[in-house]
Amino acid sequence: MSFFSVFEQYQTMDIENVIGHMNQQAVLRRLNKNTLSIDDFAALISPSALPFLEQIAQKSHDITRRNFGNTIHLFTPMYLSNYCNNRCLYCGFNHDTQIKRYQMSLDEIDNEAKVIASTGLKHILILTGDAPKKASISYLKSCCDVLKRYFSSISIEIYALDKKGYENLIQSGVDGLTIYQETYNTDLYDKLHPAGPKKNFQFRMDAPQCAAEAGMRAITIGTLLGLDNWRKDIFFTALHASWLENHYPETEISIALPRIRPYYGCYQPEHRVTDQDMVQMMIAIRLFLPRCGITISTRENESFRNNILKLGVTKISAGSSTAVGGHSLSSVQHNQFEISDTRSVEQMVTFLETNNIQPVFKDWERF
Amino acid sequence: MIPMLEDSFEIGGKKLSSRLFIGTGKYASDSMIPDVCNSTGACVITVALRRVDFNAITDNVMQHIPSHMQLMPNTSGARTADEAIRIARLARATGCGNWIKIEVITDNKYLLPDGYQTAKATEILTKEGFAVFPYINPDLYVARDLVNAGAVAIMPLGAPIGTNRGIRTEEMINILIDDIDLPIIVDAGIGKPSHACQAMEAGADACLVNTAIATSENPVLMGKAFADAIRAGRNAFLAKAGGTRQFASASSPLTGFIRNHEGLS
Repeated sequence: MSFFSVFEQYQTMDIENVIGHMNQQAVLRRLNKNTLSIDDFAALISPSALPFLEQIAQKSHDITRRNFGNTIHLFTPMYLSNYCNNRCLYCGFNHDTQIKRYQMSLDEIDNEAKVIASTGLKHILILTGDAPKKASISYLKSCCDVLKRYFSSISIEIYALDKKGYENLIQSGVDGLTIYQETYNTDLYDKLHPAGPKKNFQFRMDAPQCAAEAGMRAITIGTLLGLDNWRKDIFFTALHASWLENHYPETEISIALPRIRPYYGCYQPEHRVTDQDMVQMMIAIRLFLPRCGITISTRENESFRNNILKLGVTKISAGSSTAVGGHSLSSVQHNQFEISDTRSVEQMVTFLETNNIQPVFKDWERF
Repeated sequence: MIPMLEDSFEIGGKKLSSRLFIGTGKYASDSMIPDVCNSTGACVITVALRRVDFNAITDNVMQHIPSHMQLMPNTSGARTADEAIRIARLARATGCGNWIKIEVITDNKYLLPDGYQTAKATEILTKEGFAVFPYINPDLYVARDLVNAGAVAIMPLGAPIGTNRGIRTEEMINILIDDIDLPIIVDAGIGKPSHACQAMEAGADACLVNTAIATSENPVLMGKAFADAIRAGRNAFLAKAGGTRQFASASSPLTGFIRNHEGLS
């Protein structure tokens, strides 16, 4: 059984309407429950839950502190290649965008790794576009051989693979996968991905479970917030995460909450996602999935990131660049999207420590 | 003058002056650790090896552990016996000694330990000379397997890790206390000093407390409170509390007139 069949059942329901018609009594009933169902989650992300935001936030803070302590995990992305066969309308690395294409050599990766590792970071997230012939599995395996010398954990954010593909990379030292469904709205997904391998909605949806079956230690899923009504997309994200937690209990499941940012092609998102919306979804996820990791990237601005750290977040990126070789290459590359919080790792660490939060650099030991 | 009973606590070849074991995770800053060691008077401290970076250029938890503390590295993050074994060997190779707390957790949702994998790892590591402290669900059969595998203590959970819900598994822990001839160290779920006191009163040999101390508003003071509670619970256990009764014991009993007579005046 795959999550896709569960998704298909829910798709027949008008989720937006169900969430929209939750009343305050329905929210109140859920506030004191210890274990929440997906229906309870729907109530917490409804507009009727807004008057109770502070109460939910306090509960979210308590649950997070009990499960994760006063700590935040730090990581940073490393862009290896921006070649891409997809034509995702919202992405700066879209095949049709006129940008300089580049893929780092192993020597360049070694230099980039050195620069990043000198900040103390031990967890790295490597990214490529969707161009398997260029950024091939064998290229990625060679990259891992280099990166293993510097980092105790390597996660990937690359094109979707099948179980065998993930097994192959796990053997080379990869232990984490980040993959975004972008949106759970199938019609919209079809429009946003007019061509390229990513157009296959179900293949992408199956990727996290293929990775879990392959033995991936940690899997992060999410949507690109702003593409569709966030309440609907977050409902399905949480449903998906919960399904993965229940079916692959040995895997650490996280949800990332990226809000769409401007990029070189200037895609205009149709749906606004406010700071209040971000807070509501984050604290509702914490109550529904107490053990789930929650990641916030440097897409968010400094002030917002500072304020949400105690609400339920467990992982943040720092010292980020979204350009290939952004930490070490002298030639200027195009960014996938604009980052908003430009603080260095050191500045982030100082901020966390000043606010009684311990920055965690290392949380896994590779053998 | 209160007569004190001899109450030494020796485990893994070490004589310990405290029955409170503490952890290193979840603190807002590792720099609090020395003060917590001090306020608790603890002698044993557990550390997740996956968090230790021996080549760190940044702050490192090991720098904050006072040298008099007995290190008990743990295998947090291990999903199989094999991973736990490799972490244990790495711990010893990096100079963390031969004490190892085995944590094998294959369920990230509830973080409950896997008894079978734990027993497998224990059997192999004890043969390699480790002093093994396995963390388990309080299950008599698993505990017996661990005794046979050579564990030096059994560490049953009071409630799932990080829940602070107290000794929810009381009846099962009591069975281990009664039947297992190894020290019982209650670990996980202890949220308040009264929970630790309850475990010690019941006859547990020690408690390991991390979340409740590390995530309190004042870890140093909370550490002291736990140390006091554990001492109180232990003393109560040694003092052998009076038995509890279901009915009141009346001071003027209705049946007090009965004598062993045969109705003859």
